[in-house]
Amino acid sequence: MQIPSAILTLVLGMALVLGGLWVGQTINLLPIDASVNAPIYDELFKVLFTIGIILFVGITGLLIFSLIRFRRRSGQIGDGVAIEGNLPLEIFWTAVPAIVVLFVGLYSYDIYDRMGGMVPLAHDHMGGMHEERIWGGISSGSVGSEMVADVLPIEVTAMQFAFLFHYPDGDITAGELHVPADRPITLRMESKDVIHAFWVPEFRLKQDIIPGQPTQLSFTATRPGRYPIVCAELCGPYHGGMRSTVVVDEADEWQTWFSSNAKPTPITDTTVANT
Amino acid sequence: MTVTLPPNSTAPAPKLQPTGWLRYFSFSVDHKVIGLQYLVCGFVFYLIGGALAGAIRTELASPVADFMARDVYNQVLTLHGTVMIFLWIVPVVNGAFGNYLIPFYVGARDMAFPRLNAVAFWLIPPAGLMLVASYFITGAAQSGWTAYPPLSITTPATGQIIWIVSVLLLGGSSIFGGINFIATILKLRRPGLKLMQMPMYCWAMLGTSILVVASTPVLAGTLVLLSFDIVAHTGFFNPTLGGNVVVYQHLFWFYSHPAVYIMVLPAFGLVSEILPIHARKPLFGYVTMVYSIMAIVVLGLIVWAHHMFTSGTPPWMRLFFTIATAFIAVPTGIKFFNWLATLWGGKISLNSAVLFSCGFIVNFVLGGITGVALAQVPFDIHVHDTYFVVAHFHYIVFGGSVFVIFASIYHWYPKFTGRMLNEDLGRFHCALTFIGFNFCFGPQHWLGLNGMPRRVAEYDPQFTLINQISSVGALLMAISTLPFLWNVIHSAFYGKVAGDNPWNALTPEWLTSSPPPVENWVGEAPLVKEPYAYGVPIDEIDLSATSGRDLWSSGK
Amino acid sequence: MTSTLPVQPDSTDSSEIESTETHGHAVEEHGDFRMFGLATFLVADAMTFAGFFAAYLTFKAVNPLPSGAIYELELPLPILNTVLLLVSSATFHKAGQAIRNSDHARCRRWLLITASLGIAFLISQMVEYFTLPFGLTDNLYASTFFAVTGFHGLHVTLGAVMTLIVWWQARESGGRVTAENHFPLEAAELYWHFVDGIWVVLFVILYLL
Repeated sequence: MQIPSAILTLVLGMALVLGGLWVGQTINLLPIDASVNAPIYDELFKVLFTIGIILFVGITGLLIFSLIRFRRRSGQIGDGVAIEGNLPLEIFWTAVPAIVVLFVGLYSYDIYDRMGGMVPLAHDHMGGMHEERIWGGISSGSVGSEMVADVLPIEVTAMQFAFLFHYPDGDITAGELHVPADRPITLRMESKDVIHAFWVPEFRLKQDIIPGQPTQLSFTATRPGRYPIVCAELCGPYHGGMRSTVVVDEADEWQTWFSSNAKPTPITDTTVANT
Repeated sequence: MTVTLPPNSTAPAPKLQPTGWLRYFSFSVDHKVIGLQYLVCGFVFYLIGGALAGAIRTELASPVADFMARDVYNQVLTLHGTVMIFLWIVPVVNGAFGNYLIPFYVGARDMAFPRLNAVAFWLIPPAGLMLVASYFITGAAQSGWTAYPPLSITTPATGQIIWIVSVLLLGGSSIFGGINFIATILKLRRPGLKLMQMPMYCWAMLGTSILVVASTPVLAGTLVLLSFDIVAHTGFFNPTLGGNVVVYQHLFWFYSHPAVYIMVLPAFGLVSEILPIHARKPLFGYVTMVYSIMAIVVLGLIVWAHHMFTSGTPPWMRLFFTIATAFIAVPTGIKFFNWLATLWGGKISLNSAVLFSCGFIVNFVLGGITGVALAQVPFDIHVHDTYFVVAHFHYIVFGGSVFVIFASIYHWYPKFTGRMLNEDLGRFHCALTFIGFNFCFGPQHWLGLNGMPRRVAEYDPQFTLINQISSVGALLMAISTLPFLWNVIHSAFYGKVAGDNPWNALTPEWLTSSPPPVENWVGEAPLVKEPYAYGVPIDEIDLSATSGRDLWSSGK
Repeated sequence: MTSTLPVQPDSTDSSEIESTETHGHAVEEHGDFRMFGLATFLVADAMTFAGFFAAYLTFKAVNPLPSGAIYELELPLPILNTVLLLVSSATFHKAGQAIRNSDHARCRRWLLITASLGIAFLISQMVEYFTLPFGLTDNLYASTFFAVTGFHGLHVTLGAVMTLIVWWQARESGGRVTAENHFPLEAAELYWHFVDGIWVVLFVILYLL
């Protein structure tokens, strides 16, 4: 009396799902998270990774099983079973992926929204800059809307092959990006020559920097440290060497950096008050 | 001598066309000759593209840019992508197998427009030669196969213009082929053969050709505009002259996303031909397979901007393209389940064609999963333009299309040449390729996730070990070509004679000699109404020879 | 119109291409699908124009020009052009009718009129080009205008040349265009109607919108 195949399949399926969940939760393939939206991103990654592992191992397993179980042994002649289709089964395996895909799509929409992706661009208060068209990017979104007023605006200029960061308040121009932790930052970015991109892997954020078409990237750093800024759009021979660093400081250390680098300005009322 | 003579003449009429191996270097209008011309020409370009890949992986074996000058590296990567796409995969899955097989499948003596067919092929060698030569003579284009302005406008113009002209010629070749396939499939079917009785590869080629005809011209127009920017100082895509670089990206990807389906749909069709024969079972779900192809064609035309999620696109646009892209996974997934169901319960011969097809299934499923992930905007924002994407698309085009090309060569070589390939060498080739490929591209997913961008000659030293593993994998892939080349050449002379139908198949190409006569069949074209009628009907299966487990899992 | 293929009466060694002489032995004939092939090609050609139109409309929507650079296009010449092309499509149709009645002379007259109308279109277009206040590289709008109309003008030029070739081929003695077989005329006519149709779309998008 053999175990009904239905039970075996059920147990295998459960093992597969549990295994996939375990792998998804345990195996970490990403660098450390250093911004508010990075853990949100990592949640999405875990879900995608889990579903992916389950599907991949499941399908590969089925395939290998078929190749072994239904292989032609030497000396065997004859054909397999002439089954041309099975409509209920086909409906099942159309519906299930459609539901999975729909779920993934809706879930990632939610993630994107939490990352600030759905907020209209040029939403942030850019402190005295005129209204201009922003061509793409990520706004600060629903991440702590009460902090929006505290936004630190920074202008990023990309060129072959370097990034320049300009702080309008304090008129600082630097080759490294210094930001305080736990404070929303908005980068207004433009390129001087070809398309570049601004990418900080630890922030999980990337935005192309386009000549003639300013783009925007908003984020809030959480973990003090030094992280690479990588150019992620082919911009010429030295594209591989086009890197900078974002230095995330504690608020007071950053203030020290800012004050020591800021150029003395006449007192004007366009200076954004820091809390 | 095969010449039609008036009844009373005794002397053979002079030959007007080359015969024997010279045919393959001539302007032949025979679809079988043209098909093999495409195959061999394409394979030569594969070797060239592979050499370029070898150069890339050699450079990347160390974190500094020490193997070649940086601008040369950019030329190499540009040529690698352009050659592999336009001179290897598109011509071979469409032009080689399409031209050879489609007339057989529809029961015709040749394609609808044989001369156009020859023209389409003969555009390829000069265009390819010009492109590759540009590297040595003027310097090749160095802005990637995507040629984004303003970079493509500011890099040396000669190489870029040669690249544009070459791609225009190759696109034209593709369009001519597409016209031919549509006309042949829709109009040249032998009397009695209905559309829903055609082998699945016909549907795949029909869908692909619709994509070719609809999208390739847009690329042509775009590249013409780009060339104006380069030579005539117009400002279509030049921001300093008022232009918009994002419009270029939209226009470029409107073609280049369907291009990936142009590379992969024919491969799907070929797998649908190969698996039933060797599993001795019908293709599972013929009708849904057809609808899936059509769904992929339609959806494939409306998802292009998922290549532009970090570019200058507004949030609502990104959302639309996420949803549309994710939905392509459904018809694609259906096809994979149908192939698995085709194998399930069969009597599978584990020959090279089947093993490569199964390698395709494994690789493409992985590539498809990373594709669904990439379709999600927030996920893509982190990995766009990184080695994660490089890994993804190599799993699709190499792990997918190239594996199928190899499977198809093992499957149809007996028909092309009349001789069998050596199976031991073939399985060895398959194992080497599969292992080498996964070692090369598997680790690249991690590289992208952790900070390595693409199109770079130098990288953060923390990535050195993984890059070296990847380069060793690439070396294995290069080595794997050797048993294959030996097999193909040696078997042409010493391989076992194949006979008409070594696989006991039902489709029309196997119902004639190997190689086939000029007119494909002696006498009338066979009418095959059920190209997948393999297998023993379920009520006739000898239950005493099988166990309950052999049958479908519902226990019947 | 049908095409016939050579037959091999007995072939065991079949790896050689035979002579292309047919001697009238036909195994089977299939229909003449050259018009279908041409129509498919015109779909592809239409998509090239579609790409240009999409670029034009996107630039117009998204890349506003400084107010001094937006030009009011004069309409009289383009309207004349539209009329010229529409009439020429009618005259081409008349030529087709004439050849089906084996009236070579009449057919050729209509073909000449068509070609002349086409050339008149081109001249009118040139006049417009020279009287425009902007040049090819002045700004994005100008560049796109010239790209689209220029690409169309190239098609008209090709069409006019083909019409004249068909005029030559429709001659009474020795010409290959006859009442029974006038594929060159049919093909050129379809192409001409296509070019006409594209112009109408172009006129609406560039001149009216």
